[in-house]
Amino acid sequence: MEELLNILRELHPEVDFETEEHLIDGMILDSFDIVSLIASIHEEFGVTINAGKILPQNFNSAKALYALIQEIEEED
Amino acid sequence: MLFTSYEFIAFFFLLIVLYYLIPGRYQWMLLLAAGYVFYWAANPDYLIFLLAVTVLTYTAALLIDQSLVNQKKYLKNYGGEMDRQAKKEYKALQEKKRKKIIVWFLIMVLSILASAKYINFFILNLNSILQTMGSGRQISFIDLLLPLGISFYTFQAIGYMLDVYRGNISAEKNFFRYALFVSFFPQLIQGPISRFQDLARTMWEPHPFRGKNLQNGLLRVLWGYFKKLVVADRLLIVVDLLLEQPEKYCGAYTVIIMIFYTVQLYADFTGGIDITIGIAQVLGIEVQENFRRPYFSKSLKEYWRRWHISMSSWFRDYVFYPVSASRAMQKISKGAGKLWGAKAGKRLPVYLSSFVVWLATGIWHGASWNFVVWGLLNWAVLMISEELEPLYVRFQQKFAFYGRLPYRLFQVGRTFLLICILNLFDCYEKVSVTLKMLFSVFGAENWKIFADGSLLCLGLTAADYIVLAAAVFMMISVSLIQRRGSVRTRIAGMRYPAQAAVWIGLFLMVLLFGKYGIGYDAGQFIYNRF
Repeated sequence: MEELLNILRELHPEVDFETEEHLIDGMILDSFDIVSLIASIHEEFGVTINAGKILPQNFNSAKALYALIQEIEEED
Repeated sequence: MLFTSYEFIAFFFLLIVLYYLIPGRYQWMLLLAAGYVFYWAANPDYLIFLLAVTVLTYTAALLIDQSLVNQKKYLKNYGGEMDRQAKKEYKALQEKKRKKIIVWFLIMVLSILASAKYINFFILNLNSILQTMGSGRQISFIDLLLPLGISFYTFQAIGYMLDVYRGNISAEKNFFRYALFVSFFPQLIQGPISRFQDLARTMWEPHPFRGKNLQNGLLRVLWGYFKKLVVADRLLIVVDLLLEQPEKYCGAYTVIIMIFYTVQLYADFTGGIDITIGIAQVLGIEVQENFRRPYFSKSLKEYWRRWHISMSSWFRDYVFYPVSASRAMQKISKGAGKLWGAKAGKRLPVYLSSFVVWLATGIWHGASWNFVVWGLLNWAVLMISEELEPLYVRFQQKFAFYGRLPYRLFQVGRTFLLICILNLFDCYEKVSVTLKMLFSVFGAENWKIFADGSLLCLGLTAADYIVLAAAVFMMISVSLIQRRGSVRTRIAGMRYPAQAAVWIGLFLMVLLFGKYGIGYDAGQFIYNRF
């Protein structure tokens, strides 16, 4: 989780990712951020998030995103 | 049968009466019939395209859905006996089969769109290549039928098909219910490009009559007619005249074209969407908003989040994300990271995927090079802004006036000017003419046209300009009030005489100040041709 938080903080240092739960609905992360995030996650966790998984509910909080990473890791 | 024709108004009122007279469970069937009658009235041949797109996407979704259901069943029954690797291989095999289905059906559906919209563009370019190579052979153009709104309903249907493929929604089994989703008449010819999960189910439910829906919906429809007939069609007269003779109307006239066309486009498209959303609301159906006061944007990036939202989000979800998240792009990103550093490695997928999106967006708008250039210019400006972002941040930190009202107004004005310039590429089919017109502004010697009465020789009288100025002022005012909540809710909260004054005033303005063409047949909506 800490690795993911570091990736997110690198994108938006001003956001408290431990508590924020509206990253997409609140327009904090835009599509460019999401693509950078996917590249970083691929690099850090070796996980590929495909387009079908890019849904607001998976990206609205660091917790949800971490759960998605774990789900893909398990599937792989 | 355009929204602005008398036939449509008669059709709409007859439909409302019938819709609320019949039992609720039959309402969706009436809407389906209405969609096909509406499209048939435009041209009976259009129905072939609509039906083909509906049948193909319906079939693809069913096949994919069936494969997903079978996979789940199989794993439920035999999953316990399989090891991790066997399960993975089985899933991969099924996924491969589904991919094959989606690719083939995508090719078929896009071929319909391409054959209707792009084949002559292809021939034109092929002829240019043949000519360049010195060949005397030229291919003749094909006399094609371009069905109204084909890009809108095709994209809506493709979105549905892809959502089923991704497993985000289940396929609709009832063909007629699905056919209504594709052919819902208010949005059939100019969008918004709705998502199945947002729209479909609300269309099938029974909708009891509600006075509030009728009142709010009709007021929105009236406001849409106001924008279209009073503003857009009035500006159309000047814009059409100026575009006809670029040699004569250049220099300072280019500024008029850019501003008038940009305002016309807004009034025309948002007016059409107001009518669409208003009609749907009268029928008790919620259609998503397509605009959020786009000309108040402070940057081009923000503008594209607020203008034609359903199209931008379609390209984001079905082109930008798949391209940027693809394994190939991840490899490119990794390679670039090794060569030019981690930062560049992360940015490259964004830039390359955006390039694909803007190329596609340009082509979606029209089968000619000016739209391709328009798309790629948008891309270039967005990417340059992205690169300059750190500079902006430093600028913001250094200067205190950043964020204050005058600076925000400057940002809005600057963005509007940029949109005006980009929109000029919509106006002329030849990019060389657009560039010539743009450069003619610098060093123009005809600025006196703004004071010597030349503007009164462009098809509009002084009274027309006064009406235009007042109407644009009204549009800006409504947008400003909207920032604090719905204008219609405010009106509904007024006393009855005040409410009546708004309704009668708006109705009379449309009736008296609307620009009607020959035989009272108003101009076609600009976005219908897409």
